[in-house]
Amino acid sequence: MSGIDNIAIVGVGQTTIERNKLGDTFADMVFEATQKALEDAGMTMDDIDNVITTSNDFWDGRTISTMAVNDACGAGLGKNISALEGDGTFSCFYGMTRILSGVYGTSLVVSHVKGSESENIHITNAIFDPIYMRPIGLDSLNSAAMQMRRYMSKYGVTEEQCAKVSVKNHKNALNNPYAQIKKEVSLEDVLESRLIADPLKLYDCSPVSDAAAAVIIAGGDRAKKAKKPVWVKGVGYCADAYFLGDRDLADAIALDMAASKAYEMAEITDPLEEIDVAEVYDAFSYMELMWYEGLGFCPIGAGGKLIDKGITEMDGALPVNPSGGLLSGHPVIVGGMIRLAEAVLQVRGDAGDHQVKDVNTALAHGINGACGQSHCVWIVGR
Amino acid sequence: MGKKRTAIVATGQTHHRSSRLDVNGIELINEAVTRCLEDGDLTIEDIDAVVIGNMDHFEGINYVDMWSIDGSGGFMKPTFKLTTGGTTGSTVGQSGFYLTSSGLFDKVLCIGWEKNSESDTTAAITTAFDPIWDRLVFAGAIGGLAVEATKYMSEYGATEEDAAYVAVRDRTHALNNPYAQLRKPITIEDVMTSPMLSDPIKLLDVCPRTDGACAVVWANEDYAEKICPRPAWFHAGSVKHPYNMLGDTDLSGLISMEMAAKEAYQKAGIKNPLKEIDVMELYLPYSCSGLSWIEALDLCERGGAPRLVRDGVTDMGGELPINPSGGVIATNCIGATALLRIAEAAIQIMDKGGDRQVPDVETALATGFGGCFWSDVTILSSKKP
Repeated sequence: MSGIDNIAIVGVGQTTIERNKLGDTFADMVFEATQKALEDAGMTMDDIDNVITTSNDFWDGRTISTMAVNDACGAGLGKNISALEGDGTFSCFYGMTRILSGVYGTSLVVSHVKGSESENIHITNAIFDPIYMRPIGLDSLNSAAMQMRRYMSKYGVTEEQCAKVSVKNHKNALNNPYAQIKKEVSLEDVLESRLIADPLKLYDCSPVSDAAAAVIIAGGDRAKKAKKPVWVKGVGYCADAYFLGDRDLADAIALDMAASKAYEMAEITDPLEEIDVAEVYDAFSYMELMWYEGLGFCPIGAGGKLIDKGITEMDGALPVNPSGGLLSGHPVIVGGMIRLAEAVLQVRGDAGDHQVKDVNTALAHGINGACGQSHCVWIVGR
Repeated sequence: MGKKRTAIVATGQTHHRSSRLDVNGIELINEAVTRCLEDGDLTIEDIDAVVIGNMDHFEGINYVDMWSIDGSGGFMKPTFKLTTGGTTGSTVGQSGFYLTSSGLFDKVLCIGWEKNSESDTTAAITTAFDPIWDRLVFAGAIGGLAVEATKYMSEYGATEEDAAYVAVRDRTHALNNPYAQLRKPITIEDVMTSPMLSDPIKLLDVCPRTDGACAVVWANEDYAEKICPRPAWFHAGSVKHPYNMLGDTDLSGLISMEMAAKEAYQKAGIKNPLKEIDVMELYLPYSCSGLSWIEALDLCERGGAPRLVRDGVTDMGGELPINPSGGVIATNCIGATALLRIAEAAIQIMDKGGDRQVPDVETALATGFGGCFWSDVTILSSKKP
């Protein structure tokens, strides 16, 4: 991979994240996010050259889940379109390459999910191998519990250190108007909350959520002429092995690979020093600590110590998840795209009450698959 | 960086069957990937990124890009999944162009697959449609096509025999393709007397359900000619999905194909497709589509297709052979089907078609069809753009 020239994110939009958006269909949510992104960019649909949707047929309970939303984001207007299944950070990557190819000047990338209409346990059980792994009942919760146990036992990370992530992110969410859960929780609240899958407790887990998001990417002159361009400095993504037993779940090797590529493009050598704010995929509290390590914010195994030092708090050297992260609202599929949208807002200084001071460079992170099998890392900046 | 010219340099496909009990899904995928890499004298180490596609509800596997990694070769590589229903293969196929042309990757492996023997295909397709308005009355694959065929026949006076010519042509072509599923000759009479499925579509008018996979490698101009002496360069791609409710869909001609073809011809500088294109691999899921949809591709005026087909213009040896591979009526591994069209178009340009080779192919066109009467068009050429 070589570097990235003249690609900017020129508009972002997100719906509020809610437990149950009973009044909205998939299309309603995507239409709202699209309109907000267009408004944010000062654009109309005439300025959109092509569209990528992001969804998952299992989560939506629909084959060809893009079909439910394609008219809400421009396919009905005859725009060229494709549909990615996975996290929104990956579809934004694809949207960007479609500009770099020289075929399109702008890409609108949208994502949606309604966790309220989904059965998490059955849907995430279907991620696992049907012969060997599904019958033992693996799902997103108990596989994450195994990962947390392995991570704690390998590196001596404690449940208290994991709980600190939950305390921090819930506190940050109080300042984010889009967050679903706005409730201060104490370390004791987390540690004493109901056991979900040992050692995961309720407040270690992200909630079930509904939301949509949209990102508009532009290249060349279209990017330069944008109202508020935030420049893409680097992107990388990488997938690890499928069978959990083929991986050491305590180590995020694929994240290391993805981040290394993004840093190489962005010419970042000391991420803790050079990145001003990060939005990472904290589906579970312990994951944020693991991702610190995979992203090179600290040495391997030192994620717990990093949060102990307060470095990732709002007033720390590298605030992580000022938006409150996914622990405060977790629309699967949309999750990483919101991280990217938040990173863009931080660089622009538009993050409102959860703005971090003097942000030049921001990181956004998305994952796909069980226990973070695949990772996508974005670096955006001024 | 960016804006690199790029071409398909290698293709691979499985031997397609109604049921491949000898392999699981991952092994099926790997069969196509291995053959594709062998075709280009490549190893998986040469591949910078992987794109895969299928329809989740057929095999009941969620996060297929993650599950398939041992078969796709995506381990420790950038990997993602695209899926748009029947057009999955064409959207996956075109993604390889965008990813290599972007300059971020030099060589990209694109895979489409389906193991329909493990699926309840119509039940799965039915859930594509709106649960309130469409699903109860008008969902699934064949009902909408039957309405389209009836409308076409009543509007232009075409007959079921006219349509049967398309089925016979594609099935005859399939005899030349060692990979095709249905390789038994049929006659017009066979089609006409086969069991009625959804009036006027009879069993031999329509595609089968297939287990199969297809893979192609795209390489940018720095590598393409080193890998393949006669690469299939990308000239144009167009993807039109204008409808999402069957009830809204205008079935007087395939509107999406008209839109996609018009745009692709314009991008590729093609004014007279019948003369300027040497071979077409079309996603024709049933016989009558081989009439109406080639009109949408502007091969003749509206209502003129029955004559064109009966005159043999689209047969092997005709002016513009359609589906030398035998097409979708002979093989339909859904997530792979539209990628097979692109791969077969590339094979024709590479002059690797064996018994199904059309002589002197410079320009080839491939289509995808699916979703709610959606169309994708890809134009490849031996000429570097």
